[in-house]
Amino acid sequence: MQVQFELNGEAVITDVEPRTTLADCIRDGLRKTGTHVGCEHGVCGACTVLINGDAVRACLVLAVQVQGDKVVTIEGLSGDELSPLQVAFRKHHALQCGFCTPGFITTAHALLTNEPNVNEERVRDVLSGNLCRCTGYIPIVEAVLDARIHYARGEE
Amino acid sequence: MKASNSYIGRPMDRVEDLRMVRGRGTYVADVNRPDQLYGVILRSSVAHGKIRSIDFTRALELPGVKLVLTAADLGATVPRIPVRLQPLPELEPFRQPMLADRKVRYVGEPIAVVIAESAAIAEDALEHIDLDIERLPAITNREQVEAAASVLFEDHGSNTAITWKALLGDADAAFKTADYVRRERFQIQRHTAMFMEPRGFVAEWDAEAAKLTVWGAAKLAWHNRRVLAAALGLDEDAVNLVEVDVGGGFGSRGEFYPEDYLIPAAAKIMQRPVKWTEDRREHMMSSNHAREIECNVEIAVSRDGRFLGLRGQIWADIGAYLRTNGSMGPRNVAQFMSGPYCFGNVDLKCSMLTTNKTPSGSYRGPGRFETDFIRERLIDIVARELKIDRLELRRRNLVADSQMPYRLPFITPSDSSNELDSGDYHAVFERCLKEFGWEERSKLRGKLVDGYYHGLGIGSFIEGGAAGPKEDARLVLETDGSLSVYLGSSAIGQGLETIMAQIAADATELPFEKITVNHGSTSHVKDGYGSYHSRSTVMGGSSILLAGEKLKELIRETAAKRFNCGPAEILIDGEQVSYAGNHLSLSKLSAVPLEVEASFYNTKHTWAYGTQAAHVAVDPGTGEVKVVDYLSVEDVGRMINPLTLHGQAIGAIVQGLGGALLEHLVYDTEGQLLTGSFADYLLPTASDFPNIRSITLELKPCPNNPLGAKGAGEGGVIPVGGVIGNAVADALFHLNVQPLELPLSPPRIWELIEEAHQQQLGSS
Ligand code: FES
Ligand code: FES
Repeated sequence: MQVQFELNGEAVITDVEPRTTLADCIRDGLRKTGTHVGCEHGVCGACTVLINGDAVRACLVLAVQVQGDKVVTIEGLSGDELSPLQVAFRKHHALQCGFCTPGFITTAHALLTNEPNVNEERVRDVLSGNLCRCTGYIPIVEAVLDARIHYARGEE
Repeated sequence: MKASNSYIGRPMDRVEDLRMVRGRGTYVADVNRPDQLYGVILRSSVAHGKIRSIDFTRALELPGVKLVLTAADLGATVPRIPVRLQPLPELEPFRQPMLADRKVRYVGEPIAVVIAESAAIAEDALEHIDLDIERLPAITNREQVEAAASVLFEDHGSNTAITWKALLGDADAAFKTADYVRRERFQIQRHTAMFMEPRGFVAEWDAEAAKLTVWGAAKLAWHNRRVLAAALGLDEDAVNLVEVDVGGGFGSRGEFYPEDYLIPAAAKIMQRPVKWTEDRREHMMSSNHAREIECNVEIAVSRDGRFLGLRGQIWADIGAYLRTNGSMGPRNVAQFMSGPYCFGNVDLKCSMLTTNKTPSGSYRGPGRFETDFIRERLIDIVARELKIDRLELRRRNLVADSQMPYRLPFITPSDSSNELDSGDYHAVFERCLKEFGWEERSKLRGKLVDGYYHGLGIGSFIEGGAAGPKEDARLVLETDGSLSVYLGSSAIGQGLETIMAQIAADATELPFEKITVNHGSTSHVKDGYGSYHSRSTVMGGSSILLAGEKLKELIRETAAKRFNCGPAEILIDGEQVSYAGNHLSLSKLSAVPLEVEASFYNTKHTWAYGTQAAHVAVDPGTGEVKVVDYLSVEDVGRMINPLTLHGQAIGAIVQGLGGALLEHLVYDTEGQLLTGSFADYLLPTASDFPNIRSITLELKPCPNNPLGAKGAGEGGVIPVGGVIGNAVADALFHLNVQPLELPLSPPRIWELIEEAHQQQLGSS
């Protein structure tokens, strides 16, 4: 089947089997490997991408379902300069192996875009849908709180 | 060490982060080769049985299916995975075949490999393989081992593999004369590393050059290359294992598993690259499990609270086969039960039981997490019964600085012994109490506040690290003046590239930014040992220090020729060399790269140590345990990067809290794994443990390596079970609830509270 959508600002048309997940489509078909797959059953959050601005688990969505949508992956949130969230993650040592990181950054980006003044409890609550086995989460929460100011100022 | 640079000890931001935060890391699932095929493993759904037949004709008929490999294709004797650590001859019979050989012994055991044009086709093909397995009674716990309804290894004849013994002094004599003896039964649940990136490989056979390349190595590339080359009948030089970014290891990833052989073997047969990645359910039934033990342990104490002896029997459930490091946990449980305390007399046995469950291996702090739960809980029980303050009891028995080096029990059948190298255990203990605010918090002990009972727990620990025998480093001063470091250590998410660049910068006096660290791939140095037993910083780092000295000599010699002077007259000054007022940039020094190699040898382990304290609040209505505050204080001798070390400590503590409160790999009595997804196997999440602190000290540098560093990175996890168990007991002191089993899940705590209520009713 053919599916057409916008990936990181560019129009893509690609052929997929009806059963292909968006995660597999992005990673294997379109070779954007920043979106990681840690469980394929919707719990770890490593595969989180933005669909029309919402944080969504790409392993739970079929590629054919994003027809006409705007999809943004970690690559789409990254440029030559690190973004405020990326700077904060580095500064707070919010990653060790880095496997969960793209999923945390996409999730946090969606959160801060909608709620730039979010409090710690809400950050923890939202991030509790993503698993990290290395950091113990404390630095991740600190990093997200630290990046808030840039979203409040509209500098993200 | 004289150095004008001082990167060591600084919280340098990590170089790795620059690619990882942008999604530009390369993990093994991100590696693709032209024309690659995909492998999928057919795994046993039966825990114990005899394979009568495997019929895959229908699978081969599916379009796109290229190959089905079974044990029959692996030669007259199916190759088995060698035991890496403690390879005793008596353990040989329990090694795992690369594919199930006439029998299946656990759910998840590889029976066949299907290779196809896509992973989806290969998965479809699994449905078309007809298996006939004659079921045998499954052995899943100690009762079934003792009832011996069946044995896993008929030739061996029993489900007990071997028994480790830890011996010191004369325990029986000590118990005979002791004022007080206390015996308890403890149990720790099966749980494991559960790193986030599933395992995977991409293997490619270059027929023309007769060379095999395998992407996806971790932890032990050189060792695994030897094993793989031998199993495939190739020269070591014909095999290159490549380490890309690795999504967490914690002792489990990078050991040699059947797939380490199967995927390269398939690539060689197909003459095309083959890629395989496991899914999470597969991971849960195929990667090493860990920690499952049960024991009866006795402690002997004098009236004034001196520990006199430890004695007991431990049973470690190792699962269906002895994996590469399957002995470490069971051995360590016996060896380290005395921990940082003087016991004088020890007689502990640990029997390894084979069961129809996934084989087990090391997980961060192997054996130590388990044994610390047992010991620290016993100490608190003794304190309660002898009416001695539990802090005081520990003070009376912690090994003193003046007793260093302090001998640990002798271990058989490996006939090995070990001694603690250095440390001020008392100072760290007091520091932990002070930083934690123990006295102030004590006012809350046993109090019911807003529906929660409050309690405090404490425990001290030792962390062995820096296993020998050696590590290799190669330094290359490139012609542009930059420095390439090639290392036998392996990166498993611990920030190795940054830490090693810091050490290299100090060793060579070159700027940090000019250094690239290459690690973990077998093409980099002749030999390498890898990253396990908290050894990379000490072993890899020390080898860089030695290589740095050699490189500076070579730079001086080279410059001396240019300036026509003696090497000793050359001054190395950052990125240039000078002689008598003349300067020459390192980028102009030589037309060819300057290269040196050095090895650091070490036979002595390092012993980091520390104390942890917890403040918990227990809801008696639901059994929920809230961690109000948690503090770890550890002395690591010398810190290379406080930022990454702190990260390791916090991460390890949270893993320990997972093991203490949440995580459990559950089997039914048929040997079916009931926890095959993250919905059933509960990992800590961001909202579970918000209050955790860690303080790292540099009190006692390690006397046995030039860095003075002690292996650290596992320590945080070690005492957590004991500390939390003690805090829960303290909160429920009035009920005399004594947690003796992990995990302390809400239903378990609720049951303990109910039992205590019943007992109180019965006795009143
Ligand atoms: S891979 Fe999608 S949630 Fe885990
Ligand atoms: S940094 Fe390794 S899983 Fe999060």
